[in-house]
Amino acid sequence: MSLDSITLAILKGRLEQIADEMDATLFRSAFNPIIAEAHDASHGIYDAVTGDTLAQGKSGLPIFVGVMAFAVKAVIAKAEGQGGPREGDTWIFNDPYDGGTHPSDFRLVRPLMRGGEVFCYLASVGHWRDVGGAVPGNYNPKATEIFQEAVLIPPVKLFDGGVYQQDIVDILLANSRLPDSLFGDLNAQINALDLGVRRMTALLDEYGDRIVAEAMGALKSRAETLMRAQIADLPDGTVSVEDWLDNDGVTDEPLKIALDMTIAGDALTLDWSRSAPACKGPVNISEATTVAACYVALKHIFSDVPANAGVLEPVIVTVDPDSILSVRAPKPTGGYTETIMRLIDVVFQAIARIAPERSNGCAYGTINALSLSGYRDSGARWVMFSFFGGGHGGHPLGDGLNHGNAPISTATIPPLEIMEAAYPIRFTQWALRPDSGGEGRHRGGLGAVYEIELLEGEADLTLFGERGRFAPPGVAGGGAGAMTRFSWETEKGAKAPPMASKLVDARLAQGQRLRLETPGGGGYGAASERDADAIIRDRALGYIA
Amino acid sequence: MSRYLIGVDVGGTFTDIFLLDTETGAVATAKTPSTLDDQSRGFVAGIAGLVEDFSQIAAIVHGTTTGTNALLERKGAKTGIITTEGFRDVLEMRRRDRPTTWGLWGNYEPVVPRNLRRETPERVLADGRVLEGIDAADVAAQARALMAEGCEAVCIFFINSYANQVNERAAVEAVRAVWPNAHVTAAAEILPEIREFERLSTATLNAYLQPLVSEYVDRLDHALRARQSGGDLLIVQSNGGLMTVETTKRQPVRTALSGPAAGVTAAREIAAAAGFANVITCDMGGTSFDVSLIAEGEAALAAQNAVDFGMTIRMPMIEITTIGAGGGSIAGLDASGLLQVGPESAGSMPGPVCYGQGGTRPTVTDANLVLGRINPERPIGGGLERLDVDASRDAIAAHVGTPLGLSPEAAAEAMIRVANAKMAGAIRLVSIERGHDPARFAAMPFGGGGSLHTGALMLEVGLDAALIPRFPGVTSALGCVVADMRYDRVQTVNAGLANADFTALQAAIADVEAGLSAQLTEAGTDFEAVDRAVELDMLYEGQTHTVAVPISAPDTLDEPSVRAAFEGAYRATYGRILDGAPARIVNLRVTVIGRRRKFDMTALAPKAGRCASDCLLGMRRVFCAGAFVDAPVYDRLSLAIGERIGGPALLEQADTTIFIDPGLAGEVDGFGNLILRREG
Repeated sequence: MSLDSITLAILKGRLEQIADEMDATLFRSAFNPIIAEAHDASHGIYDAVTGDTLAQGKSGLPIFVGVMAFAVKAVIAKAEGQGGPREGDTWIFNDPYDGGTHPSDFRLVRPLMRGGEVFCYLASVGHWRDVGGAVPGNYNPKATEIFQEAVLIPPVKLFDGGVYQQDIVDILLANSRLPDSLFGDLNAQINALDLGVRRMTALLDEYGDRIVAEAMGALKSRAETLMRAQIADLPDGTVSVEDWLDNDGVTDEPLKIALDMTIAGDALTLDWSRSAPACKGPVNISEATTVAACYVALKHIFSDVPANAGVLEPVIVTVDPDSILSVRAPKPTGGYTETIMRLIDVVFQAIARIAPERSNGCAYGTINALSLSGYRDSGARWVMFSFFGGGHGGHPLGDGLNHGNAPISTATIPPLEIMEAAYPIRFTQWALRPDSGGEGRHRGGLGAVYEIELLEGEADLTLFGERGRFAPPGVAGGGAGAMTRFSWETEKGAKAPPMASKLVDARLAQGQRLRLETPGGGGYGAASERDADAIIRDRALGYIA
Repeated sequence: MSRYLIGVDVGGTFTDIFLLDTETGAVATAKTPSTLDDQSRGFVAGIAGLVEDFSQIAAIVHGTTTGTNALLERKGAKTGIITTEGFRDVLEMRRRDRPTTWGLWGNYEPVVPRNLRRETPERVLADGRVLEGIDAADVAAQARALMAEGCEAVCIFFINSYANQVNERAAVEAVRAVWPNAHVTAAAEILPEIREFERLSTATLNAYLQPLVSEYVDRLDHALRARQSGGDLLIVQSNGGLMTVETTKRQPVRTALSGPAAGVTAAREIAAAAGFANVITCDMGGTSFDVSLIAEGEAALAAQNAVDFGMTIRMPMIEITTIGAGGGSIAGLDASGLLQVGPESAGSMPGPVCYGQGGTRPTVTDANLVLGRINPERPIGGGLERLDVDASRDAIAAHVGTPLGLSPEAAAEAMIRVANAKMAGAIRLVSIERGHDPARFAAMPFGGGGSLHTGALMLEVGLDAALIPRFPGVTSALGCVVADMRYDRVQTVNAGLANADFTALQAAIADVEAGLSAQLTEAGTDFEAVDRAVELDMLYEGQTHTVAVPISAPDTLDEPSVRAAFEGAYRATYGRILDGAPARIVNLRVTVIGRRRKFDMTALAPKAGRCASDCLLGMRRVFCAGAFVDAPVYDRLSLAIGERIGGPALLEQADTTIFIDPGLAGEVDGFGNLILRREG
């Protein structure tokens, strides 16, 4: 049997299905809502030699699609130093400098062996709820070293030749405030890898190793061809765009994210060299994460290119090794989501300059990680940790989506009733935020207002957000969305965070409330071109006051 | 004397009638054009074609698409919402999702716009405590404001009403006192389950459908009574069970998947009679391929479904997995030269190239035609005279064959292989991915389209057999006749297993069960048996996805028995349990099923069948595995019980064409079904 184009089309579907099924297994059996509901996880199949992504699940966190290949490369390097991988080995790690994101993301990497050789790697990544560090939930806006964020685990063997390493698990459990949750998630990720191995083995037995290997190679070059065709459709030229992060949570200075984008034929260069130098606080990201963020932005614009390493072949990403976009140990990375969202916003703005019909206004651009934690009257510890939504940008087809999820994620928000049932809080408002969408021919989507009252005892309050000083820009003449606004009640009245969008060391007492207003999306096209009926409708519905 | 049991399925083109004479056991079918402006006309006319004296009708059972279509086309009533202060945007904010993973150009229009969602002060906490009672005068004022806006229906939804319905009930009373019609929906009456968006969305869509569906079933009921029909009108729910007209008018959201559910119910009964407890149903239409799983005689149910982005209905529904592959799916090469089939579809207009209605890009139907599997002189449905084979061949050559260096026939076969692979993926999704061994399952096509592909799918996925019912085109109507009466209800419990009050839990289960039993009695139908099933939705503390835990003895509950049941269910689902981790009971679910008398499926069998050679219509050149072969064509319905035909062969009947692939053989069983199996 040889590989024809029909078999290739069939194998493409089968490989994607295996990755999807690994996703589904983890989502269903995970212990923490960040994986189960927010889908902050991913699975894929990776090249035996290079670690390149061959197929990745469709329902996982988009940002991992680009970054997991670097994690597999790190394991390949480590294994080589140990005499090569063996049947039944599985590595586990959260080291963000070695193909990682931030230390909350735990990666399990397992070789699939055929006849004593590695045929491919399978990997699972998931965001664990608490892995030590200074603050529950690991979003520590004041961290200046990774050691203040979380326990750091380099690639170590969780299974050595099939033998489960209880010692490793004991170390992990001892370093978490929520060991049951950690143990449940770990087991769920093992379940997903076990399933992936079973499915891949069945596929290889059915089609033969050689055919599947050939198909994997062919799919990679196919992805490259598709991406080149997309780039070639854009006009040649260079554009430069700058946007800003509010601060790094430690030093209150804005951080520049600058892109010089060049399109030449079917090649694309994304040069980030003019971006800010590495910072003290936790908004640095690894070079791997930078590449992954570029991938996510491009995949939103060219949504039909496949999730496969070939897509990045025609794309050159350049970073300064001393910059915020190429972090080195032990700088903190906990707030990586904020930086990658800014990179994505900048790519949208750059594409809009040369091909506005392919782009859209920027989305709300921050996950607004909010943590509330305390002790019940019964003495039980509780940690509520959630990300919040905002508006999407206006786009060529219409207004932006109200209250969407972040472009780097497919996360859904937990039901407020489940949060109220689990923690001693109640929401006093859960609403759209009028006037938050950027003006434009197509208005930006609305952000939201969440107001929470503490019902019992006291609670520690931390916020890790962005867009408190630099609003989500519109494109093609569209206006900016509203900025993040946060306040909480104290005995001396309402307070706002001194660093605009980041807060630690704040407390809430019983009966006091916090209020988070999230950004809307940027507009698309000039506001003067907006349809008069659309404005009347916006007023009638209270989208604008 | 009421003797006729009638099933009616109203489709987009035809209304199918299936009649069972309970005295003689005889069956009859009829097909009449649907009257989409007022479905009741075609409905009554269709029955009148089979039955002269309507007073002899015992029951008419209806699978309806009225609700489904109103949701898809957004043609429900102008609806208002009255809700807790601070929460009027719950519907529009959804669960903070987006329509597609990739691309940020989505949008969402809730069925109730923001100005028709009004707030009133009140608050219940998660533990059921009432923090603030309602202001009945304010609630009534909000209702009047919605009436003034022209709302025909209203939904009352309060935060945490699943935990304590007292405020919501009081508000509903205040609204009912001023509302001019019966279209008032209380969210927790529809779904007393935790998760505010899902409860609100379900209840809102209920209100949205209520005027339209109520009016429809009333009109049907009146039209039937006008003909002196003596029997009850019963409606198929999305869970495959039946409900009365009264329940339908109160909970029209239960009809969202009424039509497909009837089809799956029929499949289950036909398969069970034929000795197949494990079946995967395949409904191939013009643009989509719908798959459902029946395991050990029970159709898989999904806890919720979204009709469209953000239109979530949380109710037990027949689980239907849909992919974009149908007869009208268009084939072409992508930018990298890889053959793709679908999801883009030519639909029914312009339709496949061979229809000659302006379609230029080749579809799956064109490929089947070029391969000789469809008779060009005998198109099914659509009212065409004949199909244009040459046009199909040219289009396939131009768009697929020439670019890939294949002959038109080889290109057509490649298109079918890719389409089959996609459909096989859908079958794997509902079987292998859920832990079922495909070798224990049979494929069962219904509707007109699937029978050409069934054999190939069976081989590709490794299914044991395929079962092609005698009348695939009227399966849904038949399903109406065989369905049972069924009511189900959920109630959130939300208690830790270690300190749950099992006496209270038993009482709650008994209470829900008594309510459902009363509803069942209200129908006035005689049942052969009444079955009850109790499940608990459970999880380990910290998880958010529950596992359904069947409870065999709901009146003797205690911690050890519930824990054992949970661990058994959890292990079956995920393979490993977590020793010592605390567990939680989230919901209780009760189902009450009134089993109706089954009819003898042998009534469907051919009465005076002939041997295969006497049913031979001729020979046709069919392209298979790279070469043309001569395949016999048989008149399917004339084949006698026990006749056996080896592939390749084609079997024709009015509502479908069956292709028996080489290597397979088909045999007519005692019910007139054709059973395909591997030869030898």
